[in-house]
Amino acid sequence: MAGIVSYGAYIPVYRLDRALIWQTWGGMPVSGEKAVANFDEDTVTMAVEAGNNCLHGIDREDVDGLFLASTTTPYKEKQCASLVAEALDLKRSTMTADFTNSLRAGTIAIRAALDAIAAGTARKVLVVAADCRLGHPSTEYEQGFGDGSAAILLGNSNIIVSVDGSHTHYDDILDFWRLDSDTFVRSWEDRFIINHSYMENIQEAVNDIMEKHGLTPSDFSRAVLYAHDGRRHLQLARRLNFDATTQLQDNMFSTIGNTGAAYTLMMLVAALEETKAGEKILVANYGDGADAFILTVTEEIAKLGDRRGIKYHLPSKLPLPNYDKYLRYRGLIQGFAFFENQSSATISWRDRRWNINCRGGKCLVCGNINFPPQRICMYCQSKDQFEEVRLADRKAKLFTYSKDFLGPSLDSPIILCILDFEEGGRFYAQLTDRDPDNIEDGMPVELTFRWMHSERGIRNYYWKCRPLRVA
Amino acid sequence: MESIKDKVAIVGMGCSKFGERWDCSVWDLVVEAAYEAFEDAGVGPKDMQAAWSGTLGFAGGQSLSYPLKLDNIPITRVENLCGTGLETIRGATYALIAKAYDLVLCVGFEKTKDRGVGGLGSGEPMGGVHPVFGIQGTPPGRYALAATKYLSVYGAEKKHLAMISVKSHYNGARNPKAHLRREVTLEQVLGAPIIAWPLGLFDCCGVTDGAAAAILCRAEDAPKFRNDYITVKALGNASGPGCGKMMTNYDFVHWEETYRATQQVYQQAGIKDPRKEIDLVECHDCFSIAELMCYEAMGFCERGTAKNDIEAGTFALDGEVAFNAGGGLKSFGHPVGASGVREVYEIYKQIQGKAEEPSRQLKNVELGIAHNQGGHPGTFMCSMGIFGVPGR
Repeated sequence: MAGIVSYGAYIPVYRLDRALIWQTWGGMPVSGEKAVANFDEDTVTMAVEAGNNCLHGIDREDVDGLFLASTTTPYKEKQCASLVAEALDLKRSTMTADFTNSLRAGTIAIRAALDAIAAGTARKVLVVAADCRLGHPSTEYEQGFGDGSAAILLGNSNIIVSVDGSHTHYDDILDFWRLDSDTFVRSWEDRFIINHSYMENIQEAVNDIMEKHGLTPSDFSRAVLYAHDGRRHLQLARRLNFDATTQLQDNMFSTIGNTGAAYTLMMLVAALEETKAGEKILVANYGDGADAFILTVTEEIAKLGDRRGIKYHLPSKLPLPNYDKYLRYRGLIQGFAFFENQSSATISWRDRRWNINCRGGKCLVCGNINFPPQRICMYCQSKDQFEEVRLADRKAKLFTYSKDFLGPSLDSPIILCILDFEEGGRFYAQLTDRDPDNIEDGMPVELTFRWMHSERGIRNYYWKCRPLRVA
Repeated sequence: MESIKDKVAIVGMGCSKFGERWDCSVWDLVVEAAYEAFEDAGVGPKDMQAAWSGTLGFAGGQSLSYPLKLDNIPITRVENLCGTGLETIRGATYALIAKAYDLVLCVGFEKTKDRGVGGLGSGEPMGGVHPVFGIQGTPPGRYALAATKYLSVYGAEKKHLAMISVKSHYNGARNPKAHLRREVTLEQVLGAPIIAWPLGLFDCCGVTDGAAAAILCRAEDAPKFRNDYITVKALGNASGPGCGKMMTNYDFVHWEETYRATQQVYQQAGIKDPRKEIDLVECHDCFSIAELMCYEAMGFCERGTAKNDIEAGTFALDGEVAFNAGGGLKSFGHPVGASGVREVYEIYKQIQGKAEEPSRQLKNVELGIAHNQGGHPGTFMCSMGIFGVPGR
């Protein structure tokens, strides 16, 4: 039997009050705030965050597949799942695939993962969904879209949630679309989308799956339904005869926004954080058709232990003070950043074990951590006596820092840091997701996967550090 | 190992006007400095038997033979980050002692103002630009890592850094060839825009075009050129393994490489008590914190106590030991390859009593230190020399 083994999620620390967008453009106001990826975050980095949170305490050797689901993978040619797998330190034989081009990519990936597990070609498959979509400026979608990610680990043992039934169908319809050359999501009139795509497709999926399994809405303790927006989500629940207050999983539309391909899975993570053994959950996702699943929570859920998901990230936030900064973070207005020939595919490939996997060398002679890895130990000068150790999840403290206003950055100043790991070893990094006026020597920090700069079409990913997320 | 003390003399020196020389090519700067040195020594380019070209920006021996039209003599192009200028003198000194040549030329130079943007760039060598590791901060951002730590560990204040800059500007304002010839007040320094906290605009040196040149021969030949020549007393170089920013045992509150190079040169020159024996130090004050930590690394005061000497004016023009009487990199400017030779130029002119402006002429200068360090705190190369009157 295949089912869910673990989960994780990630919400960027920055939130934009939607009124700030509306103040610039007017039009239809959307209430609340939305989560906005920092300037150094994208689909890949958010996928790594959620994936890492999901794999906390789980042996990564058992993960045989990594599926990345998104409509906004930074590379259009060149797989991004391989990059996420590398950053998650998954073994080389991991089956990787990008599931793209549909809001439904996350649940399509889950189906494929369940099939692989059922077929015996994989023991555990990690599905990570992340999105960072751009609504066209001045539209309600610009106000509505948010950024975030979720990860669901599927497997055939230690199952916390069993998958008892599923439905899928496709629907060839132009509701939302985007060409390779488009920056912003295009859409047809919303009344057409709501009625003929969103509502009808999900209704078809939910009605079919309930009929197939002889279930009615009252059999479910929770319904995790994709939300077009806050209002239409409630309409959909009514049409499906789910009670909005007792059964419908909160859509977080006014706090995070519509996170595209990650949205339903983020709601599912929020649901799993609250559920108890025995609960039955309906999941329905939409995009070019619809998917639905019937889930039952097992006794195993009590053993999983706390992980970073929605509850952890939602209350921890920094405000984006204005719309300009949002435009800057999303790269819609470009500041002056001076990078000369600072991308190198060869160097990035050679150094991927430390740039991406975040592995340092632990000297077998003196026991000290060398980062970046060395041939000759920095501490005892022994030659080639190292074992690789992953540093990404280690606790660290700021040893010293500076605030560099001169360096090229989309969010000056660069906070340049020296950090020392509690278990030994030093790391040289920039501090991100920070308030420049609230930094002090000795503060605890943790590593986070980000992109440093982009040049010659190469996104240069690496690890930065950040203050611990606090509410 | 044999001592090199007093074996090699400097018999002519030149220094271009430092500044934003928009109207000059790098070759114009080389010619300006080299010809002043030729005239000073009473020689010409055809008398040069070999040359050392110190620059980060220009490859090959042609970087000297081309502007000066030197005719197929051996020329070594030297690059050693901020120590580049002093490294030309180190190379020339050893060649003269080996008697490979009798009369040689050293020119350090840099054209920093043709990049289209301010600052010195990341300073990473060609082919060694790492896409993520090496480019995370600028030079002021890197030095500020040490400044933050030093201030918090030793209870020094931003004011102490500022006092160093005020002193350097005071000195540079009196130096006709300096780049930034304006005195600044403590209030101005403390109120200036932040470049890399805690370093403000006036904690940072100028980004400058310039060149400096020296003509060297063995000491026994020096009287043929002039009587007021100076001699090389000691030359040191300490290149750290470059791990301080990665190793937990570096504290970011001292300059290890400068300390180690200091030990080399004091041993060679027989210096026991620098505070009494050294008259002038031209040190690498690319940032105010760099000079502060040099006071301690070079043994002019104990670690953590520099603030007391700063407050006492120990290192002012009229203090116990003048530091950066020429204005330093701070005020005179820092064309990277030129700086080391320019520092020796200041020692040379001070010893000869030719500091131009009487108000900045030091009395009885016999021994001076020239010092540069380049890289990243914990990851420096340091180049140092002691120069002085013969026999001292």
